[in-house]
Amino acid sequence: MHPFEYLRPSTLADALQAGAAGGYLAGGMTLLPSMKLRLSNPARLVDLGAIGELAGLTVTPESVVIGAMTRHADVAASAELRRVLPALAELAGGIGDPLVRNRGTIGGSIANNDPSADYPGAVLALGATVVTDRREIPGERFFTGMFSTALAAGELITRVRFPYPERAAYEKFPSPASRYAMVGVFVADFGGRVRVAVTGAAACVFRWTEAEQALSRHFTAESLAGLAVDGAQYNQDLHGSAEYRASLLPVIARRAVARALARG
Amino acid sequence: MSTPISMNVNGRTVSMALDPRMLLVDFLRVGLHLTGTHVGCDTSQCGACVVHVDGRAVKSCTMLAVQAEGANVTTIEGLAPAGGLHPLQEAFNVCHGLQCGFCTPGMIMTAVDLLRRNPDPTEHEVREGLEGNICRCTGYQNIVKSILHAAAAMRASPTAA
Repeated sequence: MHPFEYLRPSTLADALQAGAAGGYLAGGMTLLPSMKLRLSNPARLVDLGAIGELAGLTVTPESVVIGAMTRHADVAASAELRRVLPALAELAGGIGDPLVRNRGTIGGSIANNDPSADYPGAVLALGATVVTDRREIPGERFFTGMFSTALAAGELITRVRFPYPERAAYEKFPSPASRYAMVGVFVADFGGRVRVAVTGAAACVFRWTEAEQALSRHFTAESLAGLAVDGAQYNQDLHGSAEYRASLLPVIARRAVARALARG
Repeated sequence: MSTPISMNVNGRTVSMALDPRMLLVDFLRVGLHLTGTHVGCDTSQCGACVVHVDGRAVKSCTMLAVQAEGANVTTIEGLAPAGGLHPLQEAFNVCHGLQCGFCTPGMIMTAVDLLRRNPDPTEHEVREGLEGNICRCTGYQNIVKSILHAAAAMRASPTAA
């Protein structure tokens, strides 16, 4: 790791002032390994770990609001969330492993926008709103490409607001080694208006519009039969070819629909 | 460049100034000579370095020591009073839950957190709970058996832990 200046502010205001000239450290589950490999070399690191106001989960009649520093384990364990939006709690409970879930945060995950991360699928499929220190960014416009987002330099996610679908589910096929999604599919049915987000398959999370149209007509796994998948631009790595990911997509999507239906 | 820190490790307050680059696992092993916590992969995959920070099992190779400012840290050395064994340590002994022993401290620290959240896990839940811990001897059968054995013992005698 290259040397850096370390700051641990206890208020959001202090963090924003310090963060204007540095990088933020949330759970560190990606950033610290990247710094060890010297792929990331921030001159100043602003640790958000002591800012209590950034963590917590609030359920309101319209939406669930999750603070940026809320750990995956806490999202997964929330009895309230399991009642109002179980798909999101299940997604959080399947990220990495229990030790990673005890440190990793929702804000860190979506700000990093790893092509294989799970949370971006939920943000896009549910049409969540990413709230920062200076504005609200619709989920559709937040993820702009591989490891890139609409966040400006120094801009900090404070919370994410998820509306409630009538039913939803997330399914993924994790790499046996890394546990990252080779293909992950989040389906959300907003009363006949269905949104399908795909993570892991391509450089950035995306919506599968053909599947959305088919599922909006009939929300059944069979509706997805025969849909063409153009995997020409899909990820190709040691875990699998682009063709393999393209053939996984409809399988995982069917499982996600079946899981949403099984919830009743 | 050094940052002053203070934390509680195994019931003892430690305060010193550290290079902020120092990982928590290096601080424990090199700074405090608590070498029961191991470094296996150093890439947050194997779980040999698991310790508890404020009661939660975490990989100490993927945490800066300065991030533990003000925290209560427990390592394998602090799990039971001097001379005694935690029911999980006892169970790994009884059930032959280790072969080379390198992964054992991490397995036990992960298992303590698992049983705290779920005192009566199924075998499947134990295996899922060990997703972040790798045993290169592939001794998983007896590791799982040890954890189930400890869970039963701890339910029968809740004060023992």
